[in-house]
Amino acid sequence: MEQEIIIQIKDADSFYGPKQILKNVTLDFQAKTVTALMGPSGCGKSTLIRCLNRMNDLIPRFRFEGKVLYKGIDLYAKDVDITDLRREIGMVFQKPNPFPKSIYENVAYGVRIQGITNREFIDGIVEESLKRAALWEEVKDRLHEPALSLSGGQQQRICIARALAVKPHVILFDEPCSALDPIATAKIEELITELKKNYTIIVVTHNTAQAARVSDFTAFLYLGDLVEFGPTAKIFTVPQDKRTEEYLTGKFG
Amino acid sequence: MLTEKMAELKHRLIEYATLVEGMINKSIKGLLEKDENLLEDVIEREEPKANNYDREIDETCTALIAQFEPLAKDLRTVVMIFKMNKDLERVADHAVNISESGLFLIVRPLVKPLDDIRDMAKTASLMLKDSIDAFVHENAALARDVCDRDEIVDQIEDKILEDMANFIREKRDGIRRSLHLMRVANNLERVADISTNICEEVIYIVEGKDIKHHKGDATDPTTGI
Repeated sequence: MEQEIIIQIKDADSFYGPKQILKNVTLDFQAKTVTALMGPSGCGKSTLIRCLNRMNDLIPRFRFEGKVLYKGIDLYAKDVDITDLRREIGMVFQKPNPFPKSIYENVAYGVRIQGITNREFIDGIVEESLKRAALWEEVKDRLHEPALSLSGGQQQRICIARALAVKPHVILFDEPCSALDPIATAKIEELITELKKNYTIIVVTHNTAQAARVSDFTAFLYLGDLVEFGPTAKIFTVPQDKRTEEYLTGKFG
Repeated sequence: MLTEKMAELKHRLIEYATLVEGMINKSIKGLLEKDENLLEDVIEREEPKANNYDREIDETCTALIAQFEPLAKDLRTVVMIFKMNKDLERVADHAVNISESGLFLIVRPLVKPLDDIRDMAKTASLMLKDSIDAFVHENAALARDVCDRDEIVDQIEDKILEDMANFIREKRDGIRRSLHLMRVANNLERVADISTNICEEVIYIVEGKDIKHHKGDATDPTTGI
């Protein structure tokens, strides 16, 4: 496997007002792999993933110290265009949140706001993105129906297609299956495994079994500390830290 | 996801089995043809390779259970592969034992002709090969057939034991050579035994039936019926 590091987090501290959330986290993400961020509620995993495309900037009194390097570029530098950044590093959220528009328009949205109007070009992007999100066959005959008429699992795949349409390199998933039933969950997990051939995937999950199934690398966070990071097969069989062992055997969390 | 991992795991086990089967054949060939190089190859080059497979398959099985929570046939397969891995590691040890005794024997006069060792090795080695084929093709009928052949190997071993006892009684000489030859026979008998174990494991994967300790008389391990 080619070992290209695409994102580096260096000495990251983050605060909501006076409360420190992340404590001196340093972590590298390898390109075209799936990394799971796991830990009990309040461990800082969602805060951490949101630092990677500066989603936390929208939260009042949020403060970040340290560095996040994406392909060597500091994401928190003053001249970084956040819109460009989020095009490169897309995100899929916990609850499916399609726009109240048609299936087609949801996927086309990111392309349109770039000022592109060529219909054929947009048609191509919509089809390709829906195919990559494993949804095309289910919706190709009803592209102009409202996205909100789809099932929860399909809506989540619409959101994935919408993220893919702007050609990102990294996709962040924040608890992508917590609002889905087991069958829709299995589909999303399969999709994540498929997507890693072309994209770098980072998944936040409190579901340890899901982290075990989908990821190549796992980071375990606890009370804002990065307790342990390593290949998933190792973390789930011979964790090195006592806290990881206790979390995985259900002693807390 | 699990399907691909299972296929990879099976593939590794088959590679390991092929290596180990080759080790047994080579150790016997080295003995029969008095080829020191073959015997040393088994001990020095192939055994370390076998150990690497053993470690790797152990780790993969453990990780697969931890990560994918296999169930039903998948679970039976992973657990049985875990056992087969141990079985193959033992077979590799037997190949080394045969090679060590072979190195002692090939530079000394024969205590007896090796025809029965040749026959025994042929049967044991075919049992091993068929047990792996039964695993590859999930062929329970072949697996049962292998179990039935165990008796043949046992009989040859008894005959060799008898010959050795007679030889020592008559000649009062060549005791070390006799013991080494007996060791070869005994190790081949173990290979046949282990092949039947592998076959019992194959039957458990394919049919979910436990035939250990009461051959052919299948019992459902969950109900005991």
